[in-house]
Amino acid sequence: MAAQLKPGQGPLEFSRRIWLRTLFAITILVLYTPIFVLIAFSFNKQNRGGVWKGFTFENYPKAWNNSAIFDAMINSLTIAFVTTLVATIIGTMVAVMLWRFKFPGKPAYEAVMGLPIVIPEICMGVALLLFFNKSGMTQLLAGAVWPFNLLTIIIAHIAFCFPFVTIVVRSRLVGFNRQLEEASKDLGATEMQTFWKILVPFMKPGLIAGALLAFTLSLDDFVITFFTAGPETVTFPVKIYSMVKTGVKYEVNAASTLLIIITIVATVLAMKLQSTEKAN
Amino acid sequence: MAEPIVSVRNVWRRYPGGVVAVDNVSIDIEQNEFFALLGPSGCGKTTLLRMISGLDTPSEGQIMIGGEDMSNTPPNKRPTNMVFQSYAVFPHMTVADNVAYGLRVTGVAEAEVQTRVKEGLEMVKLGHLADRKPDQMSGGQRQRVALARALVKRPKVLLLDEPLSALDAKLRDDMRLELTRLQKTVGITFIIVTHDQDEALSMATRIAVMNKGAIQQVATPQQLYEQPSSRFVADFIGKVNLFDATVIGQKGKAVLCDAKSIGKVELESAKSCAGNVTIAVRPEKLKISKAEPKGAGIIKTQAKVRDVAYYGDWSEVVADMADGHHISVNVQNDSREGGAGVAIGDKVWVNWQPSDSLVLTE
Repeated sequence: MAAQLKPGQGPLEFSRRIWLRTLFAITILVLYTPIFVLIAFSFNKQNRGGVWKGFTFENYPKAWNNSAIFDAMINSLTIAFVTTLVATIIGTMVAVMLWRFKFPGKPAYEAVMGLPIVIPEICMGVALLLFFNKSGMTQLLAGAVWPFNLLTIIIAHIAFCFPFVTIVVRSRLVGFNRQLEEASKDLGATEMQTFWKILVPFMKPGLIAGALLAFTLSLDDFVITFFTAGPETVTFPVKIYSMVKTGVKYEVNAASTLLIIITIVATVLAMKLQSTEKAN
Repeated sequence: MAEPIVSVRNVWRRYPGGVVAVDNVSIDIEQNEFFALLGPSGCGKTTLLRMISGLDTPSEGQIMIGGEDMSNTPPNKRPTNMVFQSYAVFPHMTVADNVAYGLRVTGVAEAEVQTRVKEGLEMVKLGHLADRKPDQMSGGQRQRVALARALVKRPKVLLLDEPLSALDAKLRDDMRLELTRLQKTVGITFIIVTHDQDEALSMATRIAVMNKGAIQQVATPQQLYEQPSSRFVADFIGKVNLFDATVIGQKGKAVLCDAKSIGKVELESAKSCAGNVTIAVRPEKLKISKAEPKGAGIIKTQAKVRDVAYYGDWSEVVADMADGHHISVNVQNDSREGGAGVAIGDKVWVNWQPSDSLVLTE
């Protein structure tokens, strides 16, 4: 008679093994406890000091009424929106080009394309800082009116966001049946009509996912923004950093919680869209 | 005779790397024909079809449609429409929008689009599914959408790339009848690409058999079957028994051949032939008997039954001849006891009329 398997020893019963469960618990604890503490303390009555004094919503209106935080948030959202728009367009164009055409030096071009994803942010930040200074853009934009004073940050954000869009859109394009494009042309459509009526609807889930990815990346970027921001242009992550240096007020927690929620919503949407795309 | 609707003149298609997909092909396809391009996979038939549609460009040669040179006409300006092997139905559009697509992109007025879409869907019996999305439809229905979408454009030529290959057997038979019916109703030229000889024989009015990029024979289905011009065509269309032979004399139409398997036989051939030839005879033209057949002029050979395959209405008997080659005989099971009347291991005689066999020089 074959030996009886104890519970948890079956070939795929990973979830019933104790060491795996422990590892899982530790991971969750280390990764997410700080975030839960941050969110919890955004509802703390006392303004500072790490002691729980009771539940309140007061920190949220306080954060909203703090004009420095509010302005920084508006700056961040403006940058994120413009970045998302431009990065999605450029990223999509690059994705279509890489998918569609063969040209000399294509592998090299693809590698260079992906660089912003792999090179350390700090290097990119320094490089962009030097570039904007030496080219005179920092000086030119220092006194410019809002939102033009955000231009250096926006350019920097577009530069590191669009490769992500390219990757997402391109992986979507891999599943495209080229005969659809041929059928469109055969039925009398021009290149342009085919692009807008056949290719764009097909890419749509990828476009949205890529755009949301760019949006989240831009919204919470600190390093590159820190290097490329002018004196007048403070974004939300940079603002929080400067506030934390002088001790944490719980309105920072409240504002951070909002940022987390925006980011999570965007990410979940992006994942949802990608999973429906796979289901199709 | 009217001018051919499609005229392919000395067309070559070479791919980088030296592969020749289409090798100096010339054919004329007449108005209203149901024309089939038939050949094994990789013979260049799809490439030829794509060149007619404009989706591929000949390396050399000329394609005329309706008397006009198409060399500089892109696919969206050609009076041809294609039904793709994968159907290529647009997944993000409803059936009606799919069918309307080709009309809308060329600026047909919306009122006319609506009537033509309705007509088109009626024609393929999909009127009730106009608002469905393609992913809610079966393969056969999607194919009908692809057909309607091409036909509402009212092309001069409809091109079909392996239209039945993805359907199951029952649906394939229905669709075969449907396609011939449609072709008669709309009265336009159909060019179909297929690797399935039954499909080509049963639907087409004329067939071009292709092999290795070149056309082997263009003929009606009956001519192809009964008068194949080469060993390749005889072997590709239906089943055939082939015997290697040498010509030892010719008097007018009568050719005396020496075949190793069946001895010296006298056959008729319109062409003069010499040297090595192939004698071809279809299995259903053969007769099988246990006693030695009598009769002047018949060709006969002795063989031992190796295998009997029973197909219900007929059986295929495979028998080994003295020299080791085998011969296939189709026997109608016209009585309940079985028309074959032979069992494995039986010594039998196979015979046929000389006029039922052909001398092939190629």
